Amino acid sequence: MTRFVLGRIGFYTLIAVLLAFFTIPLLWLAAAPFTSDPTYEVRVPDFTLDNFRAILEHPYALPSLLNSLMLAVGTALLVVVFAALAAYALSRVRLPGRDALLYALLLLSSIITGTAAMVPLFQLAVELNLIDSQFGVILILTGGLLPAAIFMLKDFMDSTPKSYEESARVFGASPLQIVRHVVVPLVRPGLATIAVWAVANVWGNFLMPYLLLSDVEKQPAAVIMYTLYTEGGQANLTLLSTFGLLYSVPVVLMYLFVSKKYGFRFHGGIKR
Amino acid sequence: MAAIELRALTKVYPGGVKALDSLDLAIPDGEFFALLGPSGCGKTTLLRTIAGLETATGGAVVIGDRDVTGVQPGGRDIAMVFQDYALFPHMDVTDNIAYPLRIKKVGKAARQRKAEEVGARLGLDQLMDRRPGQLSGGQQQRVALARVMATQAQAFLFDEPLSNLDARLRLEARTFLKKLQRELGVTTVFVTHDQAEALAMADRMAVMEAGHIRQIGTPAEVFQRPANTFVAGFIGSTPMNLLEGTVGGDTLEVAGCKVPVPASAEGLLTDGERIVYGVRPEYNTYSAEPADGSLGGKVVIVENLGASHLVTLEVGDVLVQAVVPEGGEPSIGADGFATPRRDRALVYRDGELVSA
Ligand SMILES: Nc1ncnc2c1ncn2[C@@H]1O[C@H](COP(=O)(O)OP(=O)(O)OP(=O)(O)O)[C@@H](O)[C@H]1O
Ligand SMILES: [Mg+2]
Repeated sequence: MTRFVLGRIGFYTLIAVLLAFFTIPLLWLAAAPFTSDPTYEVRVPDFTLDNFRAILEHPYALPSLLNSLMLAVGTALLVVVFAALAAYALSRVRLPGRDALLYALLLLSSIITGTAAMVPLFQLAVELNLIDSQFGVILILTGGLLPAAIFMLKDFMDSTPKSYEESARVFGASPLQIVRHVVVPLVRPGLATIAVWAVANVWGNFLMPYLLLSDVEKQPAAVIMYTLYTEGGQANLTLLSTFGLLYSVPVVLMYLFVSKKYGFRFHGGIKR
Repeated sequence: MAAIELRALTKVYPGGVKALDSLDLAIPDGEFFALLGPSGCGKTTLLRTIAGLETATGGAVVIGDRDVTGVQPGGRDIAMVFQDYALFPHMDVTDNIAYPLRIKKVGKAARQRKAEEVGARLGLDQLMDRRPGQLSGGQQQRVALARVMATQAQAFLFDEPLSNLDARLRLEARTFLKKLQRELGVTTVFVTHDQAEALAMADRMAVMEAGHIRQIGTPAEVFQRPANTFVAGFIGSTPMNLLEGTVGGDTLEVAGCKVPVPASAEGLLTDGERIVYGVRPEYNTYSAEPADGSLGGKVVIVENLGASHLVTLEVGDVLVQAVVPEGGEPSIGADGFATPRRDRALVYRDGELVSA
């Protein structure tokens, strides 16, 4: 009996410690922006809005959020469109070496947007005149995300019955009509998942925009965050905490919205 | 409306399965044609090749007077109902029925009107705003029918359209489908592995085996005079008695008994020849006393078929079945005699029917 009780106590203590690791930073993020003169401690806030005033006065903070939005939405759009078309084709057409191709792409993609390919990517961007271009960043991020997106969507499409498309085909629908009228509505939860995943990925990506955008006015929030220092070279916790909150809220809202509207599903197309 | 003709149609799947083997078939305009056969014999493949969803490896598909072998499904002017109905789950009934018209670029108002008209004809008027997921199996089937009706295609193809319905509903749907086809007069090919369905609905039917057609005919012909022992064994709610025997003058020696040569084979047999004698249990008259040309033995099984009983006799070392009307069923172990009807019994030589 005592062993059981002790075991339970140990178990819950462990859970509590683990949870603390996750909650304390979040608590800090929720409290610090409303605290005057925040430190690294989690303190009960005095509900001041001065910090928000300060961030509003920062010349690049709010525009950078807009830049992030542009990069994220642009990339998500391209990823969803191209991944949907590619996944549909790969799922429905028998190609020799299809699976090998997919795995190879998946493997390489983690290198493309990763640190390893930094130098060649930079050179490529220079050659193509894509330095300091947000479109260039979107293209490169899209390239990096596409293989994983295709992989996930193909799985999704594999599990939707073919007879819907065949039925539409017999009625005379063209392949693009079939995709628009039948396939896209059927895999909508999958597309939503991919879009959210792409947005979240781009939102948090620091390296690519940092590397390719030198113009501060074009830099996204993740890069601007890095510049929030006091004159003394110390991290400016007032701005950092407030900006951090503003930076995370849109992603959280998006998750809530999409999960409410479509629900997240990686498998199993349609209930039948 | 159009006739369908298949010429030496062959389909070999990648991997080498020969699902259709040089198959010839002509279905006249307006006919209700059933394709019947055991699982894996190529019925679905045949239907899908007519539809164009599978490309033929060899031969030709002709619809009306147009060779459509190389034409995409959408260009063949046919409509197909899939086994799972394939109603689009994200569209309501109206949009589902109107979908073929949407592809044909009919205006929104016109196609809604058409959908409502067809829907009303099939008794769907109360359900037009529902999604397929909110319909019963029978209702879904009617929506699928309404959708193909809206296409006004030259021919309808049905792949086991009734197999998703429960037994009771299936009977209703069967009658409904047959009546509808009569009224529309559209050439219809339907696949089934339920022979009762084929016998009940079809104008003509084909029995398939391993990519070949083994017999084509009206349900009555196929039921009464199966062209070979495969069809004989496949058709009928109770399988036909197929008994090996030898010819001896104008009698046949079967299972140690002597039976007269059936009317259909008279004058076509040679003395001493080995044959297979076939008679349906329904065409065997059962009696407790020996009769002329009867097969006598011991009753080993009595099965209740509702209004009648299926009695199995052990005659020599083979089993012979007879259908006995209500009230006349014997008890197990009794001596019994089955007398085949001479005008219904058949003789097979090398698996093929002997007839003039
Ligand atoms: N896509 C395919 N690839 C390879 N072989 C196939 C394919 N589809 C069917 N086959 C094979 O072709 C043969 C005919 O199949 P088909 O589906 O036409 O049979 P069926 O008569 O419709 O059977 P059932 O009554 O079970 O539906 C079978 O041996 C089957 O295994
Ligand atoms: Mg089939």
